Amino acid sequence: METVVDQLPGIGQANLEVFSETLQRLAERDKDIIVVTSDSRGSGKLVPYAQRFPKQIIEIGIAEQNLVGVAAGIASAGKKVFAVSPACFLTARSFEQIKNDVAYSDNPVNLIGISAGVSYGALGSTHHSLHDYAALRAVNNMIIVAPADNYESEQAIVQAAALNQPVYIRFGKKNMPHLTGADKGFQFGKGRIIKPGADLTLIGTGETVYPALQAARKLQAEHGIVAAVISMHTIKPLDYGLIADLAKGGKPIITVEEHSIFGGLGEACASFLMENNYRNPFKIIGIPDEYTVTGSQNDIFNHYGISEDGILAAAMKLLS
Amino acid sequence: MGNLSALAKSIGYRKKILKYIYGAKAGHTGGSLSCIDILNVLYNEIMNVGPENIKSPDRDRYIQSKGHCVEALFVVLADKGFFPESDLETLCRYKSHYIGHPTKKVNGVEQNTGALGHGLPLSVGTAIAAKLDDKDYKVFTLLGDGELPEGSNWEAALTAAHYKLDNLCAIIDHNKLQITGKTADVCNTDPIDQKFESFGWSVRHVDGHNLVQLKEVLSSLPFEAGKPSMVIAHTIKGKGISYMEHQIKWHHGVPSDQEYESALQELDNTLASS
Repeated sequence: METVVDQLPGIGQANLEVFSETLQRLAERDKDIIVVTSDSRGSGKLVPYAQRFPKQIIEIGIAEQNLVGVAAGIASAGKKVFAVSPACFLTARSFEQIKNDVAYSDNPVNLIGISAGVSYGALGSTHHSLHDYAALRAVNNMIIVAPADNYESEQAIVQAAALNQPVYIRFGKKNMPHLTGADKGFQFGKGRIIKPGADLTLIGTGETVYPALQAARKLQAEHGIVAAVISMHTIKPLDYGLIADLAKGGKPIITVEEHSIFGGLGEACASFLMENNYRNPFKIIGIPDEYTVTGSQNDIFNHYGISEDGILAAAMKLLS
Repeated sequence: MGNLSALAKSIGYRKKILKYIYGAKAGHTGGSLSCIDILNVLYNEIMNVGPENIKSPDRDRYIQSKGHCVEALFVVLADKGFFPESDLETLCRYKSHYIGHPTKKVNGVEQNTGALGHGLPLSVGTAIAAKLDDKDYKVFTLLGDGELPEGSNWEAALTAAHYKLDNLCAIIDHNKLQITGKTADVCNTDPIDQKFESFGWSVRHVDGHNLVQLKEVLSSLPFEAGKPSMVIAHTIKGKGISYMEHQIKWHHGVPSDQEYESALQELDNTLASS
């Protein structure tokens, strides 16, 4: 489904808040919804949930390996479990539990990585999750999702609760612009066309879709270049059909992600394109192989070109 | 089950463990022999689980944290009728589901395990789910003493006590040896009982080869209301085969033709003289 966004309809909530509110709506009518958290109910915006559903939240304390193992055990008894912890710890410290107890054992835990990417910008590399796509892409039986706006966040939670399969969903902290109110076609594994365009394609995911959209609008207004903008909210399974459609004709493709340039969205797209003989000009925008500069998320985005101007400059270079 | 028939079961299981490891030329002989009496009592005397109720939400659960000793689990599950014993002739062979660690592809296996330090958190979660659902089933997990240094065990031990999981029973197969040597020399976890007690568990010691003692202790769960139960089962690695007992080389040693015949003979003699 294609949606043209001419006017952005304003700023919404943080995706994480939408997660919490959606979960409360689900928990109201489903006693099998269980949140498992590692001292993260505050940072996970789960205090209202905990107050309303005290019997549907299990506090583990700061023990992420145990968090995921326990969550898998609860899920094995038929519960719809949401294991909530900062993305950096959830996916690194508990990697083996995710690999074995959740994915390999097919225990349908919904892993919720909060304050993902460089949301904890100034706190430094210990608190940045720039590896989670790479790590979890290598795990069989795992869906990896980064919602770009409130709508995608709500849909991701509703669909994850109903799916009965392991899912990893990462959320940032900041209030998110509404990308569109028209496209109701959210589905895991299917990218959303936020803006069509024939001259080049910008594929973003999570909180990078909005700067990609801004760059596309500026490209069009200032240079007459019409760029397609895709929210590739599902990193795995990747929407190969959509990427193939976008690649036909050989126009440039730029991927934008709040993740290491290694092993994320960009490399996933690149390997598909190469294996299928597409030779489009191609650029991966993300965090390079270095300890990330500190600052706010915006500062870091600007530093690495994950910004309106950075993406625009990369597009002009690729088109030249 | 009478004491003699229980003993006969254990000896039969030992023979099968050796048979299938010998056939596969792979497996964890010493640890399987050290924990088999525990599994015998759990599956034949204690747990409410069998092929007829394996899908029931009310069944008791067994999660084998020391997954490398899967041969012990497989021969007991086959004996209980979860699958034909002849399936075990494919043990560790190409495309077999009967691989060297527990996998849910095998009927009766509750969780995929093998990486150490996973069974207790999984069991804690399952026991929490039972409390959430107000169900009476019990959750049993078998830990190796060599896997205790994994930090996830201690995280889970805290959680089990915090949530007063008296429907959870962890059993340590305390054979005091691991692949490198004596567990006390590799990373001394003694005194295990005091550590778990200080974490809020109720702990009992038992001779892990005494079928009467095992039945008695596992029949008296929980040891204390509101506390998770820990059974420290003192066992012998390679138990039942004189040349294997207390020998590290049998951690994953495979018997030669002569050793295999001699082991079977020794087990037959043990049964005949009992």
